[in-house]
Amino acid sequence: MTDVQVPEDQPVTAGDGTAPLLSVRAIRKRFGAVQALQGVSLDVHPGEVVALVGDNGAGKSTTIKMISGVETPDDGEIFFEGQPVHLTSPAVAERLGIQTVYQDLALCDNLDIVSNLFLGRELHRTLIPGLPKLMRKSEMEKRAIPVLKELGINLPPLSTLVASLSGGQRQTVAVARAVLWGSKLVMLDEPTAALGVTQTKAVLELIERLAGNGVAVLMISHNMTDVFQVADRIVVLRLGRTVANFVKCETSLDQVVAAITGSAEEVAIQE
Amino acid sequence: MANVLRRYHLGPLIGFLLLFIILSIVSPQFLTFGNLRNVALQMSVNTLLAVGMTFVILTSGIDLSVGSTLALSSAIAAGLMVGHTPIWLAVVIALVVGLLAGLLNGIFIAYARLAPFIVTLGTMTLFRGMTEIYTQGTPIFNIPTGFSWLGTAQLAGIPVPVILTVLILVAAWIILHRSIPGRRIYAVGGNEQVAYLAGVRVKKYLLLVYMVSGVLAAVAGLVLTSRLGSAEPTAGTGYELDAITAVVLGGTSLFGGEGTLVGTLIGAAILGVIDNGLNILNVNSFWQDAVRGAIILLAILLDRKKVTR
Repeated sequence: MTDVQVPEDQPVTAGDGTAPLLSVRAIRKRFGAVQALQGVSLDVHPGEVVALVGDNGAGKSTTIKMISGVETPDDGEIFFEGQPVHLTSPAVAERLGIQTVYQDLALCDNLDIVSNLFLGRELHRTLIPGLPKLMRKSEMEKRAIPVLKELGINLPPLSTLVASLSGGQRQTVAVARAVLWGSKLVMLDEPTAALGVTQTKAVLELIERLAGNGVAVLMISHNMTDVFQVADRIVVLRLGRTVANFVKCETSLDQVVAAITGSAEEVAIQE
Repeated sequence: MANVLRRYHLGPLIGFLLLFIILSIVSPQFLTFGNLRNVALQMSVNTLLAVGMTFVILTSGIDLSVGSTLALSSAIAAGLMVGHTPIWLAVVIALVVGLLAGLLNGIFIAYARLAPFIVTLGTMTLFRGMTEIYTQGTPIFNIPTGFSWLGTAQLAGIPVPVILTVLILVAAWIILHRSIPGRRIYAVGGNEQVAYLAGVRVKKYLLLVYMVSGVLAAVAGLVLTSRLGSAEPTAGTGYELDAITAVVLGGTSLFGGEGTLVGTLIGAAILGVIDNGLNILNVNSFWQDAVRGAIILLAILLDRKKVTR
């Protein structure tokens, strides 16, 4: 069985000549007896939306976890802004400007919107050195409102508890959280999975505006309609390996699906 | 409606006011300055423990060792003072003992990832045993009279333990409700994994809450020892349960992430008023526990959404 070959040590560029913001090179990861990743390579450029697709168990989520610092690869390299990086924890990744919006683990239900937006990086003032820093809640709201407005995000008052938001609003808060930090790379795990039609449209528009502002976006999705609507490039994983890298306007749904299922190889063999 | 109830602690507050009004009607002694001052004084030890317990329970933890930590730190302080160590130094050492006790709990819970219930059940027995070894099972008397100020003196008619408790409550309130560590404690309690993924150093905050609980147990121990003029090896036995009761009565969720210090204060006040009321009404001591338990169950029933979620 032959795989579609993707060069493992050369950059897989979009072809527009800009340097990639993120380069993942031949990363591998084993969990016990399971070889989850066996050579994943991909690039994401500033202002580009890359969709990471593949069947269940293809290694999409594991790949995201490597880039967000939740897991570390056994082998292979990750370059960020041209520098090799060791993403040993989510805090390290966030400091570099990598924000991840997880499917179920994006927000704390018991906190309000503004606390979620700033969780982990609350604005503060030091009243007395050595004592706990005090939050500047009104300042945080002031800082958040123009960013939300610019992205066309409509939310209830920022002191509303996240538990009382709808699925779409929650996803919006999670994305806004990533944007607020002037992140360079935003990763989204199934951003529209639990959403209705209108909410999906709003989140996809938000992703497009993000990219329009120069942010690199890497999103996992099972929904090919969403992928073809917002992605500039489509990277296909199969059995823990990068098997294809399509530029959206040069490919078709059939080609992508064939790469996901592996039937592309059979076609190639028959020819 | 539910939000309004929660935000202004209406459930616990109504319960407290109800008890307060009933006692004022049935006993002429209850609503006097002297008696209310007495309630506040008797509440102070439990309130101090309950403040620390609130920090812990907000992270969905529990600290069963506070009663033993109270006994250990006060026994060590008393022993040192009897051995002519300066009072201030003995107090500092007692606070450090409390801090280390909390640190030990925190290390097991945050770093060894053991269940808080089991860890603090173990340290509860460990610290009690250490207290018994240190005291050889006998109370420590003859504590220097200078130390009695903390537990027995009054400033402008208000007992020093009450003033101390109020100051600590205010400081704890600022930390929990207005500071960054406080916000992160809520985040850790709300969803530990989300907090971690947001870059919050979860272990640090877990360690922190058990240290707060340990130090406040030591403070409570010093107050109690000063009031009684002796350190008993059995001091504080069962106090952890009173502290947990106050926190839960105050509407804090045992699942973490939800609750406030004002609620805890109301919870401690409910317990204080019950105990005081049963005493001034001369309720048979065999009946006191039963009545107390029934009132607690009733109060939690009125607020049951919090506990079961």
